[in-house]
Amino acid sequence: MKETYFHSVQITQAACRGCTFCVKHCPTEAIRVRNGKALILPNRCIDCGTCIRNCPFRAPQAKTDQLSRLKDFRYNIVLPPPSLYSQFNENIHRESIWQGLMQLGFDEIFDVALASDYIAVEIEKFIHEHAGEHKTYISCACPAVLRLIQVKFPELIPLIIPVLPPAEAAAIYIKNKIAREKHLPKEQIGVWFIAPCPSKGANIHQPVDVVHPEITGAFTVSAIYSLIMKNKKNLPAEKFTRPVSKGSSYGMGWGVYGGELKSAGLTNAIAVHGLAEVRDVLEQLSLNKMPGLDYVECSACQSGCVGGPLVSENRFVAETNLKRRIHNMRLREPSTRAATLKAVLTCEGFPHSAEYVKPLQPRPMMSLDADINVAMQKVERMEEILQGLPGLDCGVCGAPSCMCLAEDIVQGRAHEMDCIFKLRAQVKKLAYGMAELSRQLPLTGGNTMDDGLVAPAEDKNHET
Amino acid sequence: MAEIKALKLAFDVPGANFDRAGEASAKLKRTLQQVGVPAEVIRRVAIGSYEGEINLIIHAGGGQLQAEIYPDHTRVIVSDQGPGIPDVKEAMQEGYSTASEEARAMGFGAGMGLPNMYNCADAFEIQSKVGWGTIITMDFKHQDR
Repeated sequence: MKETYFHSVQITQAACRGCTFCVKHCPTEAIRVRNGKALILPNRCIDCGTCIRNCPFRAPQAKTDQLSRLKDFRYNIVLPPPSLYSQFNENIHRESIWQGLMQLGFDEIFDVALASDYIAVEIEKFIHEHAGEHKTYISCACPAVLRLIQVKFPELIPLIIPVLPPAEAAAIYIKNKIAREKHLPKEQIGVWFIAPCPSKGANIHQPVDVVHPEITGAFTVSAIYSLIMKNKKNLPAEKFTRPVSKGSSYGMGWGVYGGELKSAGLTNAIAVHGLAEVRDVLEQLSLNKMPGLDYVECSACQSGCVGGPLVSENRFVAETNLKRRIHNMRLREPSTRAATLKAVLTCEGFPHSAEYVKPLQPRPMMSLDADINVAMQKVERMEEILQGLPGLDCGVCGAPSCMCLAEDIVQGRAHEMDCIFKLRAQVKKLAYGMAELSRQLPLTGGNTMDDGLVAPAEDKNHET
Repeated sequence: MAEIKALKLAFDVPGANFDRAGEASAKLKRTLQQVGVPAEVIRRVAIGSYEGEINLIIHAGGGQLQAEIYPDHTRVIVSDQGPGIPDVKEAMQEGYSTASEEARAMGFGAGMGLPNMYNCADAFEIQSKVGWGTIITMDFKHQDR
């Protein structure tokens, strides 16, 4: 079965210099350099954006929407996530930021933090109800982590908590509400997410976990932040009078690692951030090495969404901004989490996840062939090839490691001579072969040419 | 390419070296993924081989982890020439452990190693004699449970 995957991350060929930086950093070995340009293997890419962070030439870009698309809809709703607020100093009111959003042409705002409050309650309930199973459930909030699980840890799919990602829940709720109240067909309502990362953008166009997605498209946090900052002078908070349902400090906390656990009141749980760490914890979960742990919150980006590759501000600054904002909010909230959540959860008919989530499908990328017999032969051949490669993982062949080159060779995507060491050894062999041949010219001149070439006793692979 | 009956892997696991615990099972897991064994089965093989590897490190003073991958099943053999188990029946009970203080301090030795191996495999066999060593054979059918 051939599947095509939508990807948000794309490489601008003109900007790419084929340096292999992205190849070496990609956590799923999804990039190869061919003819001097980086190419993404679509079935491996998880849209995490690591390549965007690491490219010195800004060749990888996230494909997002243009603000001009708002014209295509009669009514436009924007979903600001905590990572947007994290770009601003905590003294800039949420209302000021909302006013800035309205000036960009949106008609309605729904605070994603409020959806997080709802989802937190669902998570708490689910974990409580499943406490007897001794299973460790995994957060679904980060789509890059979900995609990593699909490609590298499909055995953990049953442990992903079956709740909606907050932005999706927000979109379903607000789109239905506006359609009802304004008597608009749903096709004429645009719902726009402000994304801190490409994985959330990709998940809009090809959601891995939602049955009927209602988000229309996404803009990046950095693009929206820049536009709001441009109009900053016209943003006094008191000018904003429109009623917007606000999320609590707990929902706001989802923007930074650990926030999801706090908002769901989970203590027998850990929060992991950064893709390498996430991969590590998934490996341990797979080996069942943390029995009795209830929940693992995972975000692909260090610090959480505030550290996304598509935000403007440095992640430590953003983390500080958001934590201070949360602190200030909490001073004005009821003293307990339960009372705080109860006070904000007032949306009538907010969607229940169970009706909208679908189980993740595995995307096994490792398997070498659909036929197990052929795959076994390929594994054996790969092992043979690998033995002959230098094992330096230099990347000059365009693959991230000798192991990947061996795999590319058995899959017909590369040739052994793509290895610079193999090629040089072969050139040397041919050169001596030619020298040898030249000695066997007819001896009409009487003398052989003494060119000083001596055939090598043994071929040393790695000498420079 | 000629038809092959089984892919054979063998790893030497050094004794009392916790730093490298899990390396052999990780390599086995990767190979099984390349072969295209179902994910649920791979998880069980990984747990079984990891527990075996840990036993080699904690109790046996090292040994060998071998795997034979067939199209329809995988066999994992954990063997050592260590002290052997005096009472296998007792050792198979959940919570029974003779692990050293050092191993327990590192979170090992909960007495779940053998029971875990027994539970995750489709067939489990153990041969052990004091002064001779231990051989554990686990079979995993390539079918979800």
